Amino acid sequence: MSDLSAAEPSGETEYQRVQRSPEFQDLRRRFRNFVFPMTALFLVWYFVYVLLANYAHDFMSIRLGGSNITVGLLFGLGQFVSTFVITMLYARWANRRFDAQADTLRREIEEGEL
Amino acid sequence: MNSTDIGNPWVNIGIFGAFVLVTLVIVFRASRQNKSAADFYAGGRNFTGPQNGTAIAGDYLSAASFLGICGAIAINGYDGFLYSIGFLVAWLVALLLVAELLRNTGKFTMADVLSFRLRQRPVRMAAALATLLVVFFYLLAQMAGAGGLVALLLGVDSRAGQSLVIAVVGALMILYVLVGGMKGTTWVQIIKAVLLIAGAAIMTAWVLAKFGFNLSDLLGGAVEAAGPGGEALLEPGKQYGADGTSKLSFLSLALALVLGTAGLPHVLMRFYTVPTAKEARRSVVWAIWLIGIFYLFTLVLGYGAGALVGPEVIENAPGGVNSAAPLLAFALGGEILLGLISAVAFATILAVVAGLTITAAASFSHDIYANVIKKGKVKPDSEVRIARWTVVVIGLIAIVGGIYAQNQNVAFLVALAFAVAASANLPTIVYSLFWKRFNTSGALWSIYGGLISCIVLIVLSPTVSGSEDAMFPSADFDVFPLTNPGLVSIPLGFLLGIIGTLVSKEKPHPEKFAEMEVRSLTGAGAEKAVAKH
Repeated sequence: MSDLSAAEPSGETEYQRVQRSPEFQDLRRRFRNFVFPMTALFLVWYFVYVLLANYAHDFMSIRLGGSNITVGLLFGLGQFVSTFVITMLYARWANRRFDAQADTLRREIEEGEL
Repeated sequence: MNSTDIGNPWVNIGIFGAFVLVTLVIVFRASRQNKSAADFYAGGRNFTGPQNGTAIAGDYLSAASFLGICGAIAINGYDGFLYSIGFLVAWLVALLLVAELLRNTGKFTMADVLSFRLRQRPVRMAAALATLLVVFFYLLAQMAGAGGLVALLLGVDSRAGQSLVIAVVGALMILYVLVGGMKGTTWVQIIKAVLLIAGAAIMTAWVLAKFGFNLSDLLGGAVEAAGPGGEALLEPGKQYGADGTSKLSFLSLALALVLGTAGLPHVLMRFYTVPTAKEARRSVVWAIWLIGIFYLFTLVLGYGAGALVGPEVIENAPGGVNSAAPLLAFALGGEILLGLISAVAFATILAVVAGLTITAAASFSHDIYANVIKKGKVKPDSEVRIARWTVVVIGLIAIVGGIYAQNQNVAFLVALAFAVAASANLPTIVYSLFWKRFNTSGALWSIYGGLISCIVLIVLSPTVSGSEDAMFPSADFDVFPLTNPGLVSIPLGFLLGIIGTLVSKEKPHPEKFAEMEVRSLTGAGAEKAVAKH
């Protein structure tokens, strides 16, 4: 493997050439398109929950059908469920979609084919 | 009620002794292959995702989250539960934005990533200082907690006795880390996580069985045991709902918890112990499941302690709220279960403290000594030697600090560690991974700005002065009303990163950003695992 961070005659490094390549741009777009909205989603949902627990005591204290289970408890458990679901969704997406593309690109970079 | 009234201290000590013996043997066996810096700092990068995920859970589930959250739920009900949710959701930040990219770009420490495309020495120095401070706050809180635990579990009430036990815990920790390096530390954390989660699972099943596996009945039991006004246990606001300021304090804490985890240096360092980014991902997935399930257990255990032991007994026991889980163990399974749970609690402190120590050692030796002082011109051997010395020094500081801090209210130290991690570390990590324009000046503004604002705001807060349970109750300089600085310092840290970047005339380095971006996403050129012998 040659030194990828060394500048070439064009004044650009190999990493910069890879960065400009459509393959890498596509990989980056896919990654950001998945990860950024997902981050926004769970952060918003978390703060909705925290604000409700903090400022909507009456709503969160409603008992469900004569039991001791409150709306607040359900929302709290909902945070666990959503965390587990997002974890599984991300792992599945990364394992099935992202890895193959990233690995191909890595091999091409390390073998100097790009 | 006296601490010696419950359980038999010798059973507790015996079971803990067995844990120490078993882990020591494993640590010594693991240490045989400790040769290079990658062995000492990163366990040879040979752990699998599930192993590392379990170790992360062992590193993260401190005595505070086991004893503290169980107690908080037993006494304050729903508000204690709220606390654990922030600790869990935070892992999504690590999973989605940090773990894999960090594994692909760094080598041993958080500073490796932060200084990757910026000016090495100033950024490394700043990141190392932030690391050392976070670790120090966290370490002190753990060691001080050990003192209280001793009183509760071993029946040692005297200050001298507690100090002795703190010294023993510190000495054991030094031994583990010195001999075992990251490999030994990791195994201690794995064993501890398995014991802790298994112990909590058994107790959870036991508690649920007593209530016919009906959660509503369990909650009803806790309400009944609490007597008049017990209904409040099921509703938010018992702890934080008093007035507008306490609500804002809670909001501030919630923000620090969710953004702090992915900036905790000892958590970040664990991602280097696996061979690839894919294994780093698997680690976090495992960690999220283990930590999440554990926090669900603590929900049952907390309300279970409320129902079966009763809040009044818990509050009057030595150790106060922290005694909820041990008292519940005693109520369920007598002195054997109490002994097991006590030993697990000790193992917890030991494992967390070991993880913190190796992080501090790596940060001092790799960042400050090798890269800032020696400008990278240093043999790996002497770097590891310095790291070992740092372990001894940190261990001694932890022992002295722990002895000094016992009986002090140090709960704010953990909050402070999370706030610093969220306001100084996370902005810089996120910007350097995702923002092309980001530069050295931005990093320094954000790290130092976040760090200083956190510390200043904590010093000016009611946790340090001006309230009954403050560190200096008689003094009165609490001009900042919130008990957690996050609500101000975290946005400030992010903002300063932007301002610092924009005011600087530093020449941009697109070639370094290209290298970082390509490496972080594809894994090209990432540090390889040490070949197995």
